[in-house]
Amino acid sequence: MYDKTVRRRRAVLGLLVVGSLILLTAYFGEGAGGALHSIQRGTSEVLNPVQEGASRALKPVRDLFGWFGDTIAAKGQVEDLRKERDQLRTQVAQEEGATVENERLRKMVELNGALGLRDYAPKTGRVIFQSPTVWYATIRVDKGTDDGVRMGQPVINEDALIGRITDVFGGAAQVTLLTDTSSKISVRVGKRAAFGIVEPSSAGNPTDLVVKFVPPGAPLNVGDLVVTRGTVTNAGQMQSPYPQGLPIGKVTRIDNEGTDTQEIHVKPYADVRSLDFVQILTRPQGPGG
Amino acid sequence: MPGLNPQLLARLVGLGVGGVIVQTAAVSQVPVAGANADLTPLLVMAVGLLCGSLAGGCFGFGVGLFADDVSLQTLGISSLVLLAVGYAAGRLREARDPEGTLVPLAAGAAATLIFALGFALVHFLLGVDAPVSWALVRQTLATLVINTLLALPVYALARRWLQPSLPDDPRRRRRRAYTTGGLSPLSRS
Repeated sequence: MYDKTVRRRRAVLGLLVVGSLILLTAYFGEGAGGALHSIQRGTSEVLNPVQEGASRALKPVRDLFGWFGDTIAAKGQVEDLRKERDQLRTQVAQEEGATVENERLRKMVELNGALGLRDYAPKTGRVIFQSPTVWYATIRVDKGTDDGVRMGQPVINEDALIGRITDVFGGAAQVTLLTDTSSKISVRVGKRAAFGIVEPSSAGNPTDLVVKFVPPGAPLNVGDLVVTRGTVTNAGQMQSPYPQGLPIGKVTRIDNEGTDTQEIHVKPYADVRSLDFVQILTRPQGPGG
Repeated sequence: MPGLNPQLLARLVGLGVGGVIVQTAAVSQVPVAGANADLTPLLVMAVGLLCGSLAGGCFGFGVGLFADDVSLQTLGISSLVLLAVGYAAGRLREARDPEGTLVPLAAGAAATLIFALGFALVHFLLGVDAPVSWALVRQTLATLVINTLLALPVYALARRWLQPSLPDDPRRRRRRAYTTGGLSPLSRS
């Protein structure tokens, strides 16, 4: 009787292990339109309203815990913000004159003007899901194809770019954050426009990105702004999914400066660990797109 | 699976589905000390301790599969690792039958550690693009601490939820009888 129980237990365990390995192998082997992916999408489609309901119902609990965290974090930020305010005051005074000149130049080269968000038809969505593991930096929002959301559209929050749409359903969409290990975005660094690719510095680190492939001689400074590079070729040719000039973060450190292996560390403006509402730019190529 | 009645099965399914939804819709969105609590290994550990290795393993597989499914993650990773967590917790109960009040605390910490290390290992085997830094280690340790603190309440909730459907374990019944003096050979003399 005992042997039979043990044998059965081991058999079930073996079956489940084999089942997991088969699932893993099959999932890796098939394309995005494969059977397992379809089942996964179907399940998500069904569960999205449930998750949305749960997210709304549990918001007070999240807010309560968030309040404790924010209070502690805010105390630490006061001093930093005061310093930044003083710097910005000086900067504003210096740039007021440049702004007038800049406006004139802008008209001369017939640029469209500053990037107004309304041009990109933003749709505000609520975060209804966040990946529980540090290995996948993904969230899900309650806006989908019914709201004009499509694959690849950029997503921002009140601070900066946070990621892009990588899967879309009827009433929800999956956003892969720029802190995900698979994320790579073409960016411009600093006023003198050094170009590179920003990606997470390491798995599970949402506060440090790294810009790679910047030419060694490029003029860079700590504190330089990092923004999306956007499309630089003619329309239709390898268009970037991101509009030009969306803020991402600022340079905090430069490792191996001036060498081929230099790495520019960037602190993202957006805190992707506590997202509540985000905006999807449903017309990322602007009014003409 | 001995003693697995339909009522217990329904409660296990409810616990698993509810746990994953609460995890993804709320707990994952509340950062504490730069990390998040992860209820899934705690729930699987609790079921393993309460129901045994076979039920724990199956529950771990199911919860992992559901978590991977709703998160649009690679299918099979969480189920493989949580299967090991549930089975190990169940074997702990069957082989040692630990009694202490703090057993779920230690088991919760161990379950979280096994889950984090197993998940990382499978990811390394599958090939991760980005390097791994101290930030990941720090985050894993923070999750370990938070989960250890949550292990007792999660275990208590799981036990409360499953208790009405749990079959009476002969060993526990015997132990209760001994402590009350009912069946002890010493009490007869």
